Amino acid sequence: MRHRSKVDEFLEHISLHTVMPGQKREARLRADVPGIHVFRFGACGRTWMAGTSPAMTEQVALTVDTTAAVDIAGVSFAADLSGALFWEEQRLLVVSDLHLEKGSSFATRGVLLPPYDTAATLGRLAAVIARHDPRMVIALGDSFHDRRAHERMSAQDRDAITALQARRDWIWISGNHDPALPSDLGGMVATEVAIGRIRFRHEPTGAIGEIAGHLHPKARVSTRGRAVERRCFASDGERAVMPAFGAYAGGLSIRDAAFAKLFGTPAFTAHLLGDTKLHTIAASRCY
Amino acid sequence: MPVLTQPAAPTEAESLLPLRFQKWFAGRGWSPREHQLALLAKARENRSALLIAPTGAGKTLAGFLPTLVELSAGVHLALKEGGRHPKGGGWGSATGTEQVADPHPNPPPFRGRENGQLASGEGAISHAARSNPSRSSLISTGRSVKRTGGLHTLYISPLKALAVDIARNLEAPVAEMGLPIKIETRTGDTPVSRRQRQRRYPPDILLTTPEQLALLLSSDDAPFLFSSLKRIVLDELHALVTSKRGDLLSLGLARLWRLAPEMRAIGLSATVAEPEQLARFLVPQQPAAQIAADVVTAGGAAPPIVEMLDTRERLPWAGHTARHALGEIYELIKQNKTTLVFVNTRSQAEMLFQDLWRMNDDGLAIALHHGSLDVAQRRKVEDAMAAGRLRGVVCTSSLDLGVDWGDVDLVINIGAPKGSSRLMQRIGRANHRFDEASRAVLVPANRFEVLECRVAIDAIAENAQDTPPLRSGALDVLAQHVLGCACGEPFFSDELYDEVRTAAPYAALARADFDDIVDFVATGGYALKTYERFARIKQDKQGRWRVANPRVRQSYRLNVGTIVEETMLKVRLVRSRAGGTGSTGALGRGGRVLGEIEEVFIEGLVPGDTFVFGGEVVRYEALVEDQVYVSRANDKDAKVPSYMGGKFPLSTYLAERVRKLLDDRRAWNALPDQVHEWLSLQKDFSRVPAVRELLVETFPRGNKHYLVCYPFEGRLAHQTLGMLLTRRMERARTRPLGFIANEYAVAIWGLGDLSFMIRHGQLDLNALFNPDMLGDDLEAWLAESALMKRTFRNCAIISGLIARRHTGEEKSRRQVLFSTDLVYDVLRKHQADHVLLRAARADAATGLLDLRRLGDMLARIQGRITHRELEHVSPLAVPVMLEIGRESVYGEASDELLAEAADELVKEAMS
Repeated sequence: MRHRSKVDEFLEHISLHTVMPGQKREARLRADVPGIHVFRFGACGRTWMAGTSPAMTEQVALTVDTTAAVDIAGVSFAADLSGALFWEEQRLLVVSDLHLEKGSSFATRGVLLPPYDTAATLGRLAAVIARHDPRMVIALGDSFHDRRAHERMSAQDRDAITALQARRDWIWISGNHDPALPSDLGGMVATEVAIGRIRFRHEPTGAIGEIAGHLHPKARVSTRGRAVERRCFASDGERAVMPAFGAYAGGLSIRDAAFAKLFGTPAFTAHLLGDTKLHTIAASRCY
Repeated sequence: MPVLTQPAAPTEAESLLPLRFQKWFAGRGWSPREHQLALLAKARENRSALLIAPTGAGKTLAGFLPTLVELSAGVHLALKEGGRHPKGGGWGSATGTEQVADPHPNPPPFRGRENGQLASGEGAISHAARSNPSRSSLISTGRSVKRTGGLHTLYISPLKALAVDIARNLEAPVAEMGLPIKIETRTGDTPVSRRQRQRRYPPDILLTTPEQLALLLSSDDAPFLFSSLKRIVLDELHALVTSKRGDLLSLGLARLWRLAPEMRAIGLSATVAEPEQLARFLVPQQPAAQIAADVVTAGGAAPPIVEMLDTRERLPWAGHTARHALGEIYELIKQNKTTLVFVNTRSQAEMLFQDLWRMNDDGLAIALHHGSLDVAQRRKVEDAMAAGRLRGVVCTSSLDLGVDWGDVDLVINIGAPKGSSRLMQRIGRANHRFDEASRAVLVPANRFEVLECRVAIDAIAENAQDTPPLRSGALDVLAQHVLGCACGEPFFSDELYDEVRTAAPYAALARADFDDIVDFVATGGYALKTYERFARIKQDKQGRWRVANPRVRQSYRLNVGTIVEETMLKVRLVRSRAGGTGSTGALGRGGRVLGEIEEVFIEGLVPGDTFVFGGEVVRYEALVEDQVYVSRANDKDAKVPSYMGGKFPLSTYLAERVRKLLDDRRAWNALPDQVHEWLSLQKDFSRVPAVRELLVETFPRGNKHYLVCYPFEGRLAHQTLGMLLTRRMERARTRPLGFIANEYAVAIWGLGDLSFMIRHGQLDLNALFNPDMLGDDLEAWLAESALMKRTFRNCAIISGLIARRHTGEEKSRRQVLFSTDLVYDVLRKHQADHVLLRAARADAATGLLDLRRLGDMLARIQGRITHRELEHVSPLAVPVMLEIGRESVYGEASDELLAEAADELVKEAMS
């Protein structure tokens, strides 16, 4: 339980807000209150609020090539080529929709996909963590493909997660695929996290400052009869949807009505994950 | 030399053909053809046989005569006691090839669709005990029912429509001779009730497809159904064996040989390069011995009359449309009664059809036929053709096979013939009278195609065939078969391994590969053994493999078959909206369905783009799930040229002949003046490549430098070569920007001065073209190649790793649950030697990447590279240079494409 204690230590000075499922959470959040707000379910669930420690503003050397600057509600983020989002000021790394054990989930239904997806996803996650050395990692929901995914996970993969969690805080945000997160994997479980004007949750609502996942945005660009399709970040400067990080996670075209509804306009931007760099392209230019 | 047997004496015909049959032939004013009697003789000798015969030779009746005679004899016996003919006719030799000359100038029997009397034996005919004792004492293992009779003959056709038509045709002689024979078809369209009845009360003759055979074999009453089987007739065998369907069929045959050791096979085929190899397909193979069925060749067909259109117009340098010759093509259609106009791709068909109608002042009935058109529409065209109501049909390979119809008196082949056998089969479609010569006109669409047409005509005159050699069986198909076997009776690995190797394509299958496949079917075949509890097949106490649960069986049934369709989208015609936005939001639904189109093609379009479909120029409006909405465009020309290349590359054989033609100055005289002049210019300015050498030209143009080489190995191999060369040149710092490949040449351009670099030894051409590019460079490229990923997807589907269809859910095809590309990436990284990746590689060797051919070429030209440093583009390079910009370039460099799109955005923002 050393992670829990570390989180406790980290979130020393907190104001408590208990949020029950179904309760309106918007009212509870006061964007002008500084600190990190962590919303949790359950009887012992509370909202934590932490002040920004000097350690969190430490400068971190970035590999400039592999990230692109994305501003969301006035906050500057670095969108990483891997599909992670890094908040340098907070040294916070966010990844969404890991869908761990999706392969074995299909296997239970007789579709014997290669059982290496969890290792592949965690390997990429380890690489991006090594690159940015975050103080805190948020897994933005659907980290596990189904409710029993963690039971099928190999000891090796569990150890890999434990190793990633060492020396940093780790928050599992629950998603529709993993509404009940395992208690034995370290890290803290939450329904959402708020830091200043920025709010992290799994399913997007369209609120300003919201960073969400769930939709697995992908975009296709074509010219002269050729097309390239990639995962992407989708953002209009006020809110963002992150690409899925999982090795087997599919995608939804950003031209799907869901995105226009979310942003309230078809005029938003896609940051496509290229082979060696990110590419910023108007959504109206993608299909 | 093949043995030439004398025409059969009447007495021989009498001994082979029962009186009833002789009377039937005589009643129609026909006499049996030699090859028909030859197959009867083979049947009597209890031997399997391959009949090689051109279209219109009464091939199908020949295939069925032994069955009809045997079945009639059974009844005969019951009625008259011992009316059976003595066994063994002593006719012809038991082995080897026989050439049978056919002297009878009669119209071929058993043609056309007349007398479509429905005699499919719905009223069950009771069969008397047949003469063969092994057939009268069968005990069903499936149901413990003692029975006699049962299924006598299976007929397998590559097309279900063909099976249906053949059944209809077969009913005529059966009804006219009053034979008590029950004939039924079984296809995907057969209602469930009839299928069940067929399994319980099988007909005498069942006509079906390879997929349906696989399904029947996977049922647990397969032993009951097939143990009585006496014959199998495989139609259009030459077409079947070139694909994975042939592999599936061969494995089905292997199973049948075990269930019905008495069964003999008759293969019906067009002329092929190696008949003896094809004949191996028809008999069970044995380890370390090549065994083949007897080959019977029907002679007597008149050689076709093939000409090349000597155009009055200027011959284009590039392109595939043959638009220059439109007027002449139209004239030909006008002069003949019915003309088939073959083109190589759907889009070419679309374009030509549209162009012909634009100039159709006489209102000739010209129709369009290709595989993407709505089935009902295609059927309508076929019926109109059969009724003789059409003057011309513009078609693709969709009409390469199938029943003959109408009086086609001319075949026009537009563009490259690609292969001599393929061309001969197409020309055979005009052969409405077996003994009359077919007539064909080849219309080359550019100068290189003139060379290809010339050598194809020579090849036809020599009757030189270039069908590919027999495939070695694919591992993904084997995986499907193994699962199918487990769905039937449980099997022992050792026994199934031996059985599988009796199939000719799998005769050399390694035990290790077989075991890997069984492992794959059971638990996925992964080094990481985590799926034991999800196994699809499990071993029982005796060590027999059986299906783990009924769900697996159900899933197998839904996914059987080896044809992986390109994801097709329905094209619907709607009214235009001002400026398509591509949004998938609300849009007026409905609209007339024009047909189906490849998803790959639509993905490359931007709403507002125009392309030709269904014979008209349409504008792409939007894509909603699996529906493409288009509107009628008034544009004369489509914005997006949809020539995606033919499915088949130039055959190795024709390529060799083209190289020889180029090398032979005297032969140039037979070429049109424009082409002769073109080659002479090339000779003076640069060089005309010799047979075995590779000519490489470098020259500057604009502010770029070009390298053009001429391997003549077909577009697929050239694309792979271009991709690999570009990678190498990048490393050699020649700063390549792109490349283009056509059937004959590859052109690469970039910023580095290639001539200078070669002159100063900074770029070594021998090193550049070294076969070692097929090592690491290939590996690196395969990691991201879209073509490789497509190949893998097909293997994943055929092998049953992923399902096309799931039980109880008819998912929209665009809502795939996961992408096989992602699976490919992960598997490649974590288990590069997985059996499915091996299967995909084997496919890539001959399929979309044509690696084998590329490897052969690189080996051939080693040390034989001739470099010419030129001041400007050479005459020979013009055709490929003209294609730059028409087709997509630098196929896989996605970052460049993305950057380009981003630049556009910047420009928009700055304006």
